[in-house]
Amino acid sequence: MIILHKTDVSSSEITPKEIFEDRRRFIKQAGLGLLATSALAHSNLLLAANSTHHTTPVGYPSKSALALPNFTKTAYGKEEKLTSYEDVTTYNNFYEFGTSKSEPAVHSKLFKPYPWTVSIEGEVKKNKTIGIDEILKLAPLEERIYRMRCVEGWSMVIPWLGFPLAQLIKWAEPNANAKYVEFISLADSQQMPGINLPILDWPYVEGLRMDEAMNPLTLMAVGLYGEKLPNQNGAPMRLVVPWKYGFKGAKSIVKIRFTEKMPMTTWMKAGPREYGFYANVNPQVDHPRWTQSSEKRIGAGLFAGRIKTQMFNGYTEQVGQMYAGMDLRKNF
Amino acid sequence: MAIKQFFQHTPSRRQISWIKSTLFLLCLVPFTRLVWLGVYDGLGANPVEFVERSTGFWALLILLATLSLTPVRLLWGVTWQLQFRRMFGLMMFFYASLHITTYLWLDYGFDWADIIKDIIKHPYVLVGAAAYLLTVPLAVTSNQYMMQVLRQHWKQLHLSVYLIATLGIVHFWWLVKKDIREPLFYAVVLALLLGVRLYYKLRQMKLKVDRARKVKLSAVI
Repeated sequence: MIILHKTDVSSSEITPKEIFEDRRRFIKQAGLGLLATSALAHSNLLLAANSTHHTTPVGYPSKSALALPNFTKTAYGKEEKLTSYEDVTTYNNFYEFGTSKSEPAVHSKLFKPYPWTVSIEGEVKKNKTIGIDEILKLAPLEERIYRMRCVEGWSMVIPWLGFPLAQLIKWAEPNANAKYVEFISLADSQQMPGINLPILDWPYVEGLRMDEAMNPLTLMAVGLYGEKLPNQNGAPMRLVVPWKYGFKGAKSIVKIRFTEKMPMTTWMKAGPREYGFYANVNPQVDHPRWTQSSEKRIGAGLFAGRIKTQMFNGYTEQVGQMYAGMDLRKNF
Repeated sequence: MAIKQFFQHTPSRRQISWIKSTLFLLCLVPFTRLVWLGVYDGLGANPVEFVERSTGFWALLILLATLSLTPVRLLWGVTWQLQFRRMFGLMMFFYASLHITTYLWLDYGFDWADIIKDIIKHPYVLVGAAAYLLTVPLAVTSNQYMMQVLRQHWKQLHLSVYLIATLGIVHFWWLVKKDIREPLFYAVVLALLLGVRLYYKLRQMKLKVDRARKVKLSAVI
């Protein structure tokens, strides 16, 4: 049996030795990296050779060290046909690990999502930090199957594991000034090669209005397909906002800040004409680059064509009222 | 200067036909690969995007190859490689046609209302569509017969290849979200290929002017 993580070491024991540890880790990784690269090349070849997408039914991967055993299934998305585990974990937008879709799965192999702490700051009763183990105990884990629509015009159906973000917010105790929540992702150039390129203004920042963050649909995801989040999907903790375009779902979150003013998000800075704060899925509001009235479902095959994109990605019933009276063309 | 030496050795007729056949088959490798991957389900999570990207990439690359034959002539004064220009041009047209077919059929399922909306609303699509439309007359007039019919107009018409290449790169540039390294690379290559032409054109014009001045001068004396 392989023990991946030593869970019994408290963070207070490690902290004083941090520099020392870091150096050791670096030396170890430099050696491991070489090995891993060659091993990876081999395993990729093997995978390609053994690839049997045709016959393997969509289902859960075999139990592994990543398993998250205690969760309850919910009715969310029961009727949906799941996107395969392989597609969900090899077709990713995670620029911290590279800008092509296949890079994150490869370049995140050595990423360490454990131990992990998240700091809570801004308009809160008091600033505090919380470890991932405690986060996992904040609320019972649920499995929810959500559609995910990317702004680039493709979509997936993913069985997430997580809990409503509202639970974490309740624990964080924001004060009366808190109107928005800002999510800040890790930007560690040692572990994330994409950080070295000035393609986006790192760290990755996303945000929600308070009512959006408290909406029961908004999920703090810690896993998918019955196991902990793979690194390329935003381990150990990411946001899932199914009625918004995928880029709103900040990955590998290290900081949650409550603010009075609307946060300036990374993509708003990168392209103010293209990406707005709300970024609600809306087939009527076009993007300067991509058609938003229809989408391609990942895994549907070469000849499947497009499907119509639904308003709020089909979640109008749950979220529509939050935008009543708003001009969604202006607030795109 | 190995490249220079390679080109300065003029191949025999037989060698030329061998080189041509080899290049022809090489140009078909990406297409064969796509068919292979398609049959064996190797096109990844987003197969339509894969085919669109791949055919677009090869159309652009072969177009740049076409445009590199004349700089070789200008720089080293050799001409035999110009015999491959038509084949390269038609191969570019082949991949561009696959590219646009993938877009119209596999991506949009010939839904013309959506396609027209996409072309009008999205500048990168518009530029790409314009580039493709401009290649059609070049492909149609690429044969000996049309060359004879059009005479001096043929060359004028085919000058539009420079515009097509520029539009192709703009199409690529506007398509990428943020990481422009790849289109930038091709833009630099195109700038170099056109730059060599421009340099020789200007030099030629200057020589003409100088010569005219000399003639004038000698007349005065």
